[in-house]
Amino acid sequence: MDIKPIQDEKRAFMTGNEVIVWGALAAGADIMYGYPITPQNEIMHYWTRLVPKYKKDFLQTEDEISAGFTTVGGVLAGKRAFTATAGPGNVLMQEALSMAEMMRLPTVVIVTQRGGPSTGTVIYSQQEVNLTCFGGNGEGLRIVYSTSSHQELFNYTIKAFNTAWKYRFPTFVLSDGYQSKMREPVTIYDPEEKGITIEPTESLLGLPGTPGVERDPAHLRNTYNLEDELYNVVKSSVKEYNSIISKIVEYDTYAVEDAKVLIIAHGVVSRAAKAAISSLREKGIKAGYFRPITLRPFPDEALRSLVDNVDHIVVAESAYGQLENIVKNNLYGFNIPIIGYLRPGMGITPEEITDFVKAELSL
Amino acid sequence: MEVTAQPQMPKVWRAETKPHKFCPGCGHGIVLKALGKAIDELNIQHNTIFGCDIGCSLLTWDFFNLDTIQTHHGRTIPVLVGIKRVRPELVVVSYMGDGGAYAIGAQHLVSSANRNELVTVIVVNNTQYAMTGGQMAPTTLPGQKTETSPYGRDIKLTGKPMLGPELVASIAPEGAYVARGTVSNVMQLKNFIKKGLENQIKGNGFSFIEALSACPTNWRTNAAETWSFIENEMSEYFPIGELRTPDEKKVGEKRKVTSNGAKH
Ligand SMILES: Cc1ncc(C[n+]2csc(CCOP(=O)(O)OP(=O)(O)O)c2C)c(N)n1
Ligand code: SF4
Ligand SMILES: [Mg+2]
Repeated sequence: MDIKPIQDEKRAFMTGNEVIVWGALAAGADIMYGYPITPQNEIMHYWTRLVPKYKKDFLQTEDEISAGFTTVGGVLAGKRAFTATAGPGNVLMQEALSMAEMMRLPTVVIVTQRGGPSTGTVIYSQQEVNLTCFGGNGEGLRIVYSTSSHQELFNYTIKAFNTAWKYRFPTFVLSDGYQSKMREPVTIYDPEEKGITIEPTESLLGLPGTPGVERDPAHLRNTYNLEDELYNVVKSSVKEYNSIISKIVEYDTYAVEDAKVLIIAHGVVSRAAKAAISSLREKGIKAGYFRPITLRPFPDEALRSLVDNVDHIVVAESAYGQLENIVKNNLYGFNIPIIGYLRPGMGITPEEITDFVKAELSL
Repeated sequence: MEVTAQPQMPKVWRAETKPHKFCPGCGHGIVLKALGKAIDELNIQHNTIFGCDIGCSLLTWDFFNLDTIQTHHGRTIPVLVGIKRVRPELVVVSYMGDGGAYAIGAQHLVSSANRNELVTVIVVNNTQYAMTGGQMAPTTLPGQKTETSPYGRDIKLTGKPMLGPELVASIAPEGAYVARGTVSNVMQLKNFIKKGLENQIKGNGFSFIEALSACPTNWRTNAAETWSFIENEMSEYFPIGELRTPDEKKVGEKRKVTSNGAKH
């Protein structure tokens, strides 16, 4: 980091994609590899404009398969490498990310969800939860932050690099097209001035000394000959993943102390859910709100500790039950009705949530 | 005392992992010997990164005393491009099969050649997908029997064998090095690979060497038939030699492509 991209705190009013770029710069990202897809394009646009000034790099690849694998290469070489994608691009990227998962490579990927399946819309959805959390032929040993505001986009982009390099699991900032394109006030800052240490990186290849002469060669692989070999590798990754969950999980709650109706939402929809709480309470409904910030690992203990006195759970999401399924999984054994306000690819307002809750619970 | 001749291993080979895991008579070992010798002669063991694909090439993940990354089928080039872009002092070698290079990873080959990426790509052409049990590959010869062309490759239905070096030679910009060698001429193959490595080190451009290789296991050939298939049938279809060198001198002046389009 030759020149500090940000000195002191700065108030700004900008789009989410621009915020992500400032977050990546603040985190000391070295290179972005990317392939055009809406709604993430402007991440590449802003990044490429700032590249010469801050001595960064960019490579536009031939597709997202390549963007994923070049990011893997950058990370192997010891650099804070990242990429950004959405929708069908996220699908193509899963192959490289499953390699990152197997080899514990700290790749950072920004996902700006768009409508699906298929090409869907270029606008907005929350339909990439399954893919981002559990994509690939693996166990979903990933870390996924779901942001809801521009301030969080900045904070969690920085955090994504730090978490990735600290714990060595592929890390994602799961955003969406609305957050990408809208403008919002945000405070950008130099993380180190705020006492946030930037995790050091480490080369996995191209180490000093002649391999086989001065040291052992680094022989890195993701394929194994025997079931047991693979089982032991995955088992140790799972063990390590489980051991760090408590250090990683993040969530937000509001008005949960006496809540009879718990509304669960993530990402930008959580803003509507939170806003709906006060209008529901005005109407005499004891509503509370729970928002997982990390979708992987999921804050299961926090959720379970809240639901003892809850009569109904409402999951609101711009997808057809992707979050709802995660919630159900994590509440196995609890006998609480769970209803979904499921709107794939649609924005969700506080009024809609309020009306839905009133209608469903016949209140 | 009886003196038995010991085969000379290149210095960069990792003795601890020898004998290697290829079938008897396999061409991979010969290509890797040529590569090993080239690395020895250039003295680049300390800064070479070896990337191997999925295919029988993956058996090389612990083959060399080199920092090595075994990637996915067809994805070795982008991984190495990703490394080279941020660590230009390293020499990166992508070792892959014909299926990996010309079918599933073709887009990476074409685009990295077009961008003149500073990587050296070695493609082992054994006219089929060996590791998966001998299916038809882009390089399978007309009429050649494989598990998925049991009556012989019908080029009307499946196209003609892909000419990898010719493809790369036609798209790579100035500075590229492109050659096709064969395991039946190891000295020449080593020289081609060495030039391909030097070309990367000098920063000239993309370097690409295809090696005609043998897969007696899936060809179901004995030694004589194996040799004959490479020397006669394969060499007939896939001409040996250099296709592009960075110092090539062209006679005559071709119209330059301008940004205004073809008319000017
Ligand atoms: C994405 C993907 N598709 C298919 C495979 C299965 N597969 C493994 S090796 C291989 C063929 C390799 O053929 P080639 O690249 O020519 O190398 P060879 O074994 O002949 O040396 C295939 C198709 C895979 N590993 N990954
Ligand atoms: S299957 Fe063919 S290419 Fe693979 S190791 Fe055996 S002989 Fe070599
Ligand atoms: Mg092959």
